[in-house]
Order: sequence, then C-alpha cells, then structure tokens
Amino acid sequence: MSVTSNAWNGKASGRAILAVALIVLATIVSSVSPHAQASQEVKVAVAANFTEPAKEIAAAFEKATGSKLVLSFGATGQFYAQISQGAPFDILVSADRATPAKAVSEGHAVSGTAFTYAVGKLVLYGKSLDVSAGDSVLKAGAFNKIAIANPATAPYGAAGMQALKALGLGDALQPKIVQGNNIAQTFQFVDTGNAELGFVALSQVIASKEGSRWLVPATLYAPIAQDAVLLKAGADNAAAKGFLAFLKGAEAHAVIEKYGYGIGE
Amino acid sequence: MSDAMGLWSPLFLTLKLATLTTIFLLLVGTPIAWWLARSKAGWKEAVAALVAMPLVLPPTVLGFYLLLLLGPNGPGGWVASLRGARTLAFTFEGLVLGSVLYSMPFVVQPIRNAFEAMGDRPLEVAATLRASPWDAFWSVAVPLARPGFMTAAVLGFAHTVGEFGVVLMIGGNIPGQTKVLSVAIYDFVETQRWTEAHVLAGGMAAFSFLVVLSMLVIEKKIGRAGR
Repeated sequence: MSVTSNAWNGKASGRAILAVALIVLATIVSSVSPHAQASQEVKVAVAANFTEPAKEIAAAFEKATGSKLVLSFGATGQFYAQISQGAPFDILVSADRATPAKAVSEGHAVSGTAFTYAVGKLVLYGKSLDVSAGDSVLKAGAFNKIAIANPATAPYGAAGMQALKALGLGDALQPKIVQGNNIAQTFQFVDTGNAELGFVALSQVIASKEGSRWLVPATLYAPIAQDAVLLKAGADNAAAKGFLAFLKGAEAHAVIEKYGYGIGE
Repeated sequence: MSDAMGLWSPLFLTLKLATLTTIFLLLVGTPIAWWLARSKAGWKEAVAALVAMPLVLPPTVLGFYLLLLLGPNGPGGWVASLRGARTLAFTFEGLVLGSVLYSMPFVVQPIRNAFEAMGDRPLEVAATLRASPWDAFWSVAVPLARPGFMTAAVLGFAHTVGEFGVVLMIGGNIPGQTKVLSVAIYDFVETQRWTEAHVLAGGMAAFSFLVVLSMLVIEKKIGRAGR
C-alpha cells in the first residue's frame, strides 16, 4: 500500500527479504526441534489474580525440583478458548471451578485431577477515594467510575456484580461501571486513577500499603473457589504432575495464605 | 431494531467512531501534510517521524501513555474536570482522541505524497494568475491531490475500524460507548459465543478485503491519471 510502498523498491530489498525469510525459517526450525525443548519444561496457564503467588510458588518448585516452569498470565476464559484450540499448556491454574470442570468434560483435561487450590477473596479498592467505609461508600455513589472485571469472563467480576446486586445497587451503579478485560487490568484502572474504586482480588492489594480497601463480606457473593487441573498436553509430563502435587503442599499453602486466599477443602 | 445477540451496538459504535475519527484526521492531517510537503525546514523529517510512529509502536505503548494522559493526573483529566468528570478514559471522546493519534500516519502520508507529487508548478501558475495562497490551496492543490485525500480517508477509516489494542487499554468495555467491534469479537471468543464471533469476524474479513481492493483500484487510477 502507498504508505509502505517506498520501502519496497530495488533489487537490494529482494535480497533483504530472502535473508529475513531464512532467519525466520531457521528460528522456527530450531524452536520446534525436540533437542531445543527441555524435557522437564511445564507450561502453566495462570489466572491473572494468582500472578504473584504463582510466581513465588513456581520459584520454590523450581528450586526444589530443578524443573522449569513457563508461566503465562491472563483471563481464564481467554485461556480456555486457546486450550480448546490446542494451545500447548500442561496445567490450567484457573480463577474458577467451572472452567476446569468444563475442560474435563470436553476432553481437554485429565479427569480426576481438578482440585481447589485457593479460595479467592473480593476486596473493594480505592486510591483517590477512601473506600474503607465499604457499602456506605457504594450507596453514597459519590464517584464517577467503578471498575469491575468483565463478569462474563472473570470470576472476580462476577463476584463483584453479585455483591452490587446483593447490596441492591446493581441498577443504580450500572452507568458508572467500567470493565477491565481481566482482574489485572481492573486493578490498573484504579491504580492509574482513571476509576476511583474497583472490585479486585485481595491478593492484588495485600502486599501494598497504598490506597484504601474494604474486604467484601463473604455473604455478599458466592465463594470464589479456584481450581487447577492437569491438561491433556501435560498428561504424561511428570514435572507437571509434580507441580500440581506441590500446589497442594504445605509450602505452597503458606504462600497462598500469605497472599490473602483461603485454602480449598 | 432488536439486538438480542449484541451485534448492532458495537457495529454502529465502530462506524460512528471511524467516521468522526476520519473527519478529525482530515482536518488535522491536511495542514500537517501540507507543511511536510512544502516546508524547507531541516527538522521537518523529525516531525514526519513523530507522526509516523504509530506505524511501528505496539498499540499497547500508545494505550499505556494514553491511559496516563487521559487520567486524572494528566491533561485529559483537566479537560474532563471542565465538565465534571475525572478522566477522558472510558469515554467515546477518549477513543476518538486515541484513534486520531493512532491512525494519523495513514492519513498524513498519502496526502503528503499527493502534495509532493503535484510539484511547485501549479502553485506558481496560480500565483501568476494572482490567486492568493489560500485560494490556490483550495482551487488548485486540493483538487489535484484528490486521490491522495481519498486514499487517506479510506485508510484512516479502515484502520480505525481495525483498532483493538488501544481501545482495549483505554476503553473499559462499556456497551454503546467504548465496546467497539474488535473488542466485542474478543469478548465473544473469550466467552465461547463463537456464532456471534463468526458473524462479526467474517464481516470484518469481508470489509477488509473490500478496503484493500478499493485501495488498489484507486492507486491504479492514480497511476493512469498521472502518467
């Protein structure tokens, strides 16, 4: 197109294209060759809210076993869409129970391997607005924007909407809601001051002294039980099974609780 | 019109955004392109590079800075405070601003090329006929550069329709305000509503094909007219 066409004149560019193509080809070949792949590498898809504890647990696991973990962080729903299309993740550390269950029922995960590794806690977080008074802040409504993760894809978003409905504020606050694509972006909307307050995971704010927070009473929303599951791609990966076992252990539990989660059954 | 599938709202919003953005782009981009084409200043290529930067920058870079600039601690927050809001992020106006910056190179470059291809001669002739520079610009330069303007408008519009990263970062996914087509598709895929995703994504694919095709046809016509 005209914007770029100037760059594509002359014979030199033909040779340049060929060189680039060769480099790209070489890179692809080397990355898919079995030798380049560490045999004990585990690819883990981690729900955004569990980012910090996952990093810490992964570091402890790598130190203890020498296995290599590759962590990807994102929205659970997005991961599921990718996994259903053959994404090469060995483990899904989900933000809910429904997605791992669905992965099992649809044949993308190994049945009997799903378990609740953490129970998330919802917190109302404000930076430019003092939210420590909790529901009365919400009822007063003296703010322009409240950030909530997309309730259709993020369990903390769904929990936030449940809490608003339980307080009878669902309709009243609807025009003020801005949706983060996941819980990490929701936090970022509040953190940058673009929204005065928002529903985030306790784990995201527990380590920081900034801002104000209100721990949403557990009676206002359904428990956010978070399950992990072994995916089909990792069914024969010993290190992947090892990491799931590690996630159930005392060392991992200590980290999980430190970040403000409850421990599953 | 019923919108049970949630398809029309993002479609209309996207068309509205792209139309307004294209109008602003032509208003802002034309003087910039004119200056870049006519100026003898040595540092004008630095300005040209600045305008062209969105071509190579990841949209996340623009989205990140826009989020800070539009927010309460940036100039956008000051503008927003004039009408009692705190931030320009999560607003339709914020999206227009982001889109204008993001699609600027696609509008400035073709117009600049058209002005440069025209050369000095037509304007010199106009001057000898005692046309004022303003008159010469409107009655000589703009008509001669018309294909450039058409290319610019089509590309600016299409590029805004195709925008995703910037909108995702500053939009807040508000139906009817910032939930544009690309974000709606992303949402549908995430929630496994693939029927709706297919309708929108297929429509976008057809649209892009038509845009590229029309560009090629326009360029061919320019080539014929020019030589």
